[in-house]
Amino acid sequence: MTEFAVILLSTILVNNYVLVQFLGLCPFMGVSNKLETAVGMAGATTFVLTLASICSYLVNTYLLEPFGIEYLRTISFILVIAVVVQFARMFIQKTSPLMYKVLGVFLPLITTNCAVLGVALQNTMKAHNFLQSTLYGFGAAVGFSLILILFASMRERLFAADVPQPFRGAAIGMITAGLMSLAFMGFSGLV
Amino acid sequence: MSLMRATSPHARAGDSTAKVMLQVAAATLPGVLALVIYFGIGVLINIALCSITALACEAAIVKLRQRPVAFYLKDCSAFVTALLLGIALPPYCPWWLPVIGASTAIVLAKHLYGGMGYNPFNPAMVGYVVLLISFPVDMTRWVGPAEIINGAPGIDEALSLVFGFGGYNVDGFTRATPLDIVRLNESVLLSQLYATEPVLDQGTVAGLGWEAANFGFLIGGLFLLFRRVITWHAPVAMLGTLTLMSLLFYDSGSSLSEGSPMLHLFSGATMLGAFFIITDPVSGATSNKGRLTFGAGVGLLVYIIRAWGSYPDAVAFAVLLMNFAAPTIDNYTLPRTYGHKSARRATDLEER
Repeated sequence: MTEFAVILLSTILVNNYVLVQFLGLCPFMGVSNKLETAVGMAGATTFVLTLASICSYLVNTYLLEPFGIEYLRTISFILVIAVVVQFARMFIQKTSPLMYKVLGVFLPLITTNCAVLGVALQNTMKAHNFLQSTLYGFGAAVGFSLILILFASMRERLFAADVPQPFRGAAIGMITAGLMSLAFMGFSGLV
Repeated sequence: MSLMRATSPHARAGDSTAKVMLQVAAATLPGVLALVIYFGIGVLINIALCSITALACEAAIVKLRQRPVAFYLKDCSAFVTALLLGIALPPYCPWWLPVIGASTAIVLAKHLYGGMGYNPFNPAMVGYVVLLISFPVDMTRWVGPAEIINGAPGIDEALSLVFGFGGYNVDGFTRATPLDIVRLNESVLLSQLYATEPVLDQGTVAGLGWEAANFGFLIGGLFLLFRRVITWHAPVAMLGTLTLMSLLFYDSGSSLSEGSPMLHLFSGATMLGAFFIITDPVSGATSNKGRLTFGAGVGLLVYIIRAWGSYPDAVAFAVLLMNFAAPTIDNYTLPRTYGHKSARRATDLEER
């Protein structure tokens, strides 16, 4: 039980994928302009990340390792992730056409979200078992969602701020993310 | 029909930004006085260096942005930021620490976001955290209380330590802080620890000097409450959560205990944080419900990082983390506006 709590705590706060490992920065900057979009993206990414870490674990254990073709790991994981993203895309298109429109190009771009591939590869690197892989993926997704939603609220406020012209938009967003990353170093040593 | 302009008795409060800021500055006096009595004049040197740098940076940036310099300097907000940073920095640290910290606070955390009223993070705490991450060794050298190190450094010693000439080394004056001692202890009961460590032994509840400084900031905070510069919500929520958490994990002082509630309340930067940092109206939450959530979050994070993290005094990190969450907290704790049935967000569509 403690082990699972440690995995969750580690992926959500201490080794947060966005602010500590700097993965998944493109959707982090791209979809954080509005809170509603960010919440939708957070949901979609959580779904994809959890499912992708399950699928990549299964592919790795039951396909790659028995046949001794681990050198195909990266490319097969990308394929697995693309399939899961396509599945999520069809699901959202049917259930919430509005969200599908709002998320637009960022939905298929979850495929290239480095956090998703990063989680899958780290799962094999750390030799996690099935449950650990699932939790690791879920924890990473929760960490990503938390940061994305908090950051989106903050950016909505930044739009109203009297930011000097050269720093408007993405520049001040990056500075904010950097300051946040500093604050997250306070969690170091927790796990 | 006559159009008289003045009908109601329009009351005027006469409060200006400068007046509020100066009251905050005045309220730090008891705490600063305690720091001077127990740790010597180092804190005054820090405040002076921070203030000079902060005011210079503020003037330079305002000039760059082609705004009236005198108008912005007169509101004293840069001075209060510098004052809080100067109090938080370790006394007798090398001169470039306050300079870097104050310029980071003013330029990066305040003016890049548009100046006063727009900064999402508390500038003083940004300056502190940047220094703590960049120069951890210099930032964790605290001098011991005067009684324990046989007198705090005098003026010439202090200047020599700060500006790096003369033969004095700051290591001759530094001691572990009470929070450091308790955090690193894993072998003896807390009562034994209190008996062997002079800083804890000579103090009443939370270490000699530290408890006095915290008591000073508590008095200053009560003055601000009395003057209605701040509201009670955030400090009460923070101190309450911190007390509750430390009670839960106190286990009456075993070797693995994380310290008594009194230690957590009256050591480190607790009172300074509770009354002067998290009550910042700009970077904190806006509504009263939001302030309660904000304060409770800070208290919880302070305890978590103090007890299990690698930074024994966690106030700066906790404040920055909750600053990051403040817009979201505001979003979900909107008060109902008069005339509407439920709380509405500014971005909601109009009712039809």
